[in-house]
Amino acid sequence: MTKTRASGRTVGGLRTLSLQAPAVTLLLLWMIIPLGMTIWFSFQYYNLLMPGMSGFAGVENYEYLLTDPALWKAMGNTLLLVGWVLAITVVGGTLLAVLFQQDFAGRGIARVLAISPFFVMPTVSALVWKNMMMHPSNGVLAWLANSLGLPAVDWFSALPLTSIVIIVAWQWLPFALLILLTAMQSLDEDQVEAARMDGAGPIAIFFFITLPHLKRAISVVIMIEMIFLLTIFAEIFVTTSGGPGLATTNLAYLIYMRALLDFDVGVASAGGVIAIILANIVAIFLVRMVAKNLED
Amino acid sequence: MATLQLNNITKHFGDTAVIKGIDLEVNDREFVVFVGPSGCGKSTLMRIIAGLESATDGDIVIDGQRMNDVGPADRGLAMVFQSYALYPHMTVEGNMGFSMRLAGVPKEERRAKVLETAKILQLEPLLDRKPKALSGGQRQRVAIGRAIVRNPSIFLFDEPLSNLDAALRVQMRIELARLHEKLNATMIYVTHDQIEAMTMADKIVVLHDGVVEQVGSPMALYHHPANRFVAGFIGSPKMNFFDVELISTSPEGVQVRLPGGGECTVPVNAQALENASSENTPIESQPALELGIRPEHLVLDEAGALSGQIEVLERLGGQTSLYVRMGDLLVTLMTDGDVAYRVHETIRFGFAPERAHLFAADGRALPSLAQHPLAGLTRHDNRTSGDAEALA
Ligand SMILES: Nc1ncnc2c1ncn2[C@@H]1O[C@H](COP(=O)(O)OP(=O)(O)OP(=O)(O)O)[C@@H](O)[C@H]1O
Ligand SMILES: [Mg+2]
Repeated sequence: MTKTRASGRTVGGLRTLSLQAPAVTLLLLWMIIPLGMTIWFSFQYYNLLMPGMSGFAGVENYEYLLTDPALWKAMGNTLLLVGWVLAITVVGGTLLAVLFQQDFAGRGIARVLAISPFFVMPTVSALVWKNMMMHPSNGVLAWLANSLGLPAVDWFSALPLTSIVIIVAWQWLPFALLILLTAMQSLDEDQVEAARMDGAGPIAIFFFITLPHLKRAISVVIMIEMIFLLTIFAEIFVTTSGGPGLATTNLAYLIYMRALLDFDVGVASAGGVIAIILANIVAIFLVRMVAKNLED
Repeated sequence: MATLQLNNITKHFGDTAVIKGIDLEVNDREFVVFVGPSGCGKSTLMRIIAGLESATDGDIVIDGQRMNDVGPADRGLAMVFQSYALYPHMTVEGNMGFSMRLAGVPKEERRAKVLETAKILQLEPLLDRKPKALSGGQRQRVAIGRAIVRNPSIFLFDEPLSNLDAALRVQMRIELARLHEKLNATMIYVTHDQIEAMTMADKIVVLHDGVVEQVGSPMALYHHPANRFVAGFIGSPKMNFFDVELISTSPEGVQVRLPGGGECTVPVNAQALENASSENTPIESQPALELGIRPEHLVLDEAGALSGQIEVLERLGGQTSLYVRMGDLLVTLMTDGDVAYRVHETIRFGFAPERAHLFAADGRALPSLAQHPLAGLTRHDNRTSGDAEALA
């Protein structure tokens, strides 16, 4: 009956099952009811502006969405956003972690400063970026460009998705740094010294010792960030409202537009289901890969 | 050919001096063991030799070349760490071949060299495993293999066996001695373990608080310790020390009064004492002397000069240790396994005067008049030449 995990711990079994049951049941209900309702609504005519129209819609909501060019655009934006932010935070976080591991004066303060953006609320940080950093006339970046004699960039209209990526990456870089720095500290100093005796310079040590050591932590960062980045909403809502056009509309924002701007619950639910499917496709490929990485 | 000289090496960490001026000469193909209490600077000294730590002052000379400014990889040394420090994400083969990979040696050549080394250490079946899937002894062998592959002129070992169980230690000890023979390399070895030091060393360096207390062959250190620290540190169980009064000195030795009233003439050179008392201080006002006798040199003797009550008795089968109370002293005696004494019995015991050591108040040993016959013995003399050939 009982199975044994690779770690040697047994799982399942009657006694542990009865102890887990209440928590698992609660979680299951917590998940099943909203999911069930979403799926149910996605097959209904349900528009708040048209109360008279109701009943089973079949796959019409899906058809409407899947043939809507906005959906494909939103999916593309979601993947671009997640991909770029992951790339920037993981690469930047790793390099910063290596930097902050070195001994230098004021390291403690520098670490705190580098990590602090993570504690700023997404709406606040987006507003700060919008009004104080990227604003075309009174933003810091415009001032910098002007003082270099360059024309100011109107970030949110010229490079809308890039701007969102910058804001979100700025928020999540500290998270990656925090996890990777902790992992760096568990790197066995003897290994580094053994590598030095074997003739490894700083770059070889980074690629042959540090990076393999950080592999797990990087996996964790990717997994956790992905969960949150797939549903980025506040930053888009506060800055570009998905525009110009659909340039910064991701899936979460599209669902919001359909449900709350068009008041079409049926279509919005169908969008939700598609988002779930998309998330699962990503999960199957990436999370599995990462989880496997964690095991060995 | 690989020799090493340390000239007046010092090392400070901030304000604390950890190594306080060490001079040392290591000859070609010698097996040198550093021993000393924890924190005395053994690892630090070894890391300075390896180049992982820079010396605050002094010269490191390898094969006649000053190496202070040469990086750790270019000194021609290899180090085996106490924690093994294997690269966990590489296979055994990857670990052993890492230095060659960094040096750009082609894959085929690398593999051949790793295989050759694996053969010496019986690691061939394990080449594709990761370190995680190895036992402690196997990991240790991989770490040693990684060092051998580099073909170093000097091997450095920092307590390589201290994570192994007793049986495996004995086995690895023998294996290391065999390797030393086979590779004809110079080896420097740090250990806490008396037995490792005594059995493996050509030359033992006793360190204490960042200075060298004595350098010599194991038998020289055992029979002729230079001072009280070395006498207490080398040998197990620890040497017994008695406060004794000086009665007189003569060319035959120094006559002292033992605790309990007995007298004894220890055949040591009193010259050192006389020099100390150059202002003609009367002998009675001389600072107290200390007499040291090893537990294995105290013998049960009805007519012996010392006596006390047995407090603890440890029977090991072949030997029995007696812990005997003499006033505030607890004296250790190693005797035959078959003695019939019981706890609380009073016993008399004595010693052969030539087995005793006398220490002046400053801790220096008074030199013996006669050199112990085995004191000049080296490790190689413990093997017949046929042995050495068989091993090669
Ligand atoms: N990086 C460092 N900074 C400050 N002090 C240090 C440093 N490394 C070592 N020390 C100090 O130097 C002294 C000698 O250390 P070392 O590691 O050489 O001792 P050891 O003889 O190898 O001891 P053990 O037998 O316990 O390994 C210790 O008192 C230690 O606290
Ligand atoms: Mg040490």
